[in-house]
Amino acid sequence: MFKKILIANRGEIAVRVIRACREMGIQSVAVYSDVDRASLHVRKADEAYHLGPAAAAESYLNIPKIIAAAKRSGAEAIHPGYGFLSENSRFARACAEAGIKFIGPTAVAMEMMGSKTRARQNMDKAGIPFVPGTSRGLESVDQAKRVAETIGYPVMLKAAAGGGGKGMRLVQTPEELKSALESAQSEAQRAFGDNEVYLEKAIINPRHIEMQVLADEQGNTVYLGERECSIQRRHQKVLEEAPSPIVDPEMRGRMGEVAVRVAQTAGYTNAGTIEFLVDDKKNFYFLEMNTRLQVEHPVTELTTGLDLVHLQIRIAAGEKLPFKQEDVLIRGHAIECRIYAEDPDNNFFPSPGKITLLLLPSGPGIRRDSGMYEGWTVPIDYDPLLAKLIGYGTDRGQAASRLRRALHEYFVGGIKTNISLFRRILNDEDFNAGRLDTGFLDRLLAHPAPSVASDGESAAVAAIAAGLFAVLEPGTPAQGDGTPNGATNSEQSSSAWKKAARSEALH
Amino acid sequence: MTYDVTIDGKKYRLELNRLDERWQCCVDGNAIEVDAVLARRDVLSVIIGGKAYEIKRERTPVDMHLWVGSRRYEAQLRDPRSLRSRASVDDGRGPRKLVAPMPGKVVRVLVQEGTDVEAGQGVVVVEAMKMQNEIKSPKKGVVRKLIASENAAVNAGDVLAVVE
Repeated sequence: MFKKILIANRGEIAVRVIRACREMGIQSVAVYSDVDRASLHVRKADEAYHLGPAAAAESYLNIPKIIAAAKRSGAEAIHPGYGFLSENSRFARACAEAGIKFIGPTAVAMEMMGSKTRARQNMDKAGIPFVPGTSRGLESVDQAKRVAETIGYPVMLKAAAGGGGKGMRLVQTPEELKSALESAQSEAQRAFGDNEVYLEKAIINPRHIEMQVLADEQGNTVYLGERECSIQRRHQKVLEEAPSPIVDPEMRGRMGEVAVRVAQTAGYTNAGTIEFLVDDKKNFYFLEMNTRLQVEHPVTELTTGLDLVHLQIRIAAGEKLPFKQEDVLIRGHAIECRIYAEDPDNNFFPSPGKITLLLLPSGPGIRRDSGMYEGWTVPIDYDPLLAKLIGYGTDRGQAASRLRRALHEYFVGGIKTNISLFRRILNDEDFNAGRLDTGFLDRLLAHPAPSVASDGESAAVAAIAAGLFAVLEPGTPAQGDGTPNGATNSEQSSSAWKKAARSEALH
Repeated sequence: MTYDVTIDGKKYRLELNRLDERWQCCVDGNAIEVDAVLARRDVLSVIIGGKAYEIKRERTPVDMHLWVGSRRYEAQLRDPRSLRSRASVDDGRGPRKLVAPMPGKVVRVLVQEGTDVEAGQGVVVVEAMKMQNEIKSPKKGVVRKLIASENAAVNAGDVLAVVE
């Protein structure tokens, strides 16, 4: 087993991996950029090395700097987390050349699955069902038009190197195709440095269901059940759950076998995820493979009882999978909410800044994977994911009710978060009936947020509280317009006693 | 203490008087006895007639919200004796400021000074957390002042433009 692992990431996932290291008696090494010196992952690690400026290209995406930090610390392996360099085959190669074990698949497997077009070509050969379309990048608008005619509109344009909804365009008519192709190509070039775009038939409002696989380096591959990830906004997952409300053991078996075949075709090792689109008749189509640990892995951990990060590390260290497919049992139900620093009342505008107040949920069936703490300033430079709140229960209803209860306890002040969005989702009739598809959230958001039982009583309580706060916490700005109440910031702390005395004297 | 409190747009006249360990409150003329404990900064535990409430206060540089349970209220508080709060309230006429709701970088300025804009029309694009966001005009009018310039760093609450 490794003695020391470097975590080439930040935020909640870096903390997640550091925790696994400590549980396994492995020393952890954090890396950080200028704006992350005070971040939680640096506080939790055994060692920490500075990388450079905030810009990802000069820090978390900088391969030479990360390899240098690994060498300096004597780390024998690197866990890439998700995002950043996690699916970068050049990084996996650079690790191998430096004699450091990359905790993930080989560079070759990554390259085969990393390009969506190459993956489609290989899956075609292996007889894996996928959405009809091109398996190669589009060469011209005319070619795109011909293919679109054959398979029928609407069609979807997608970046071969894509992910996260970038370089994706839905095209309804031939007239839209030219400008959609050009903008998808330029967006793909900007986001991934690769303008290859392919075309496939658009399945309108499918379900998005993915299958977790795990493969050791001795050739054993297992699947660990599916995750339903249909609740998305702009192709970004917002809430995930396991198992899917529509997948029964028979369908799980069929999807799982296809997923294992995909992984084996790619010569895949370590943890990976095969994404499927599922239509309203429960037909499933291979979409892509994510060659890394997923953000939503906790729902699989809770329903299988396995620790995926422990297993990733064991597999990378050369250990055999300690169980067989028939030993994997799905038990209970888990739902994850991605807590983002963004304002649901203002078009999900990012909301970085200082967390002035943090009240945390706990109690039965609640897991929190978080990278934030009270007093920490959320930097503007990275993805706005702050934490994940996961509810677990005997069944879906109980998992949801525990999450609703935990969301009631959860409070993040000073910045805006999307916590209120999850209250809406978890109270939605379609959600609770399990009627989900990728159009779910757009439909929900098309209606204004229903006001939570706005009784005059709690509004009056709020009015009283506004006054009580002003009296009991003098020296904090009372006015809602950002102007400190008659005092400048520097005066506030020194004169708080004086102000309190003054306000006492007034009544 | 007397305050003018606005909760979600509705105005209340609030009087607070300390009565031993409790508070004698008067909301729009109705007397209410309140037991209040500041549990910690920004968290208030209130008991009114046996009903318990936890109230959380959320502040940003531009606004204040109070949470009673899971219900969020936009709150404004004015001390009627303070001079600045006697300033005329915003009635939709007159100049309106476009304010950066968060720290970030101005990546594009979409109008020039003197341009006519519609309500909801984009004026400035601010980028933060890799997302570009249009700051829209709050009203129909003319861009009187344009303070934001391309590539400038802005903080939450900074005025970007004035539309009149």
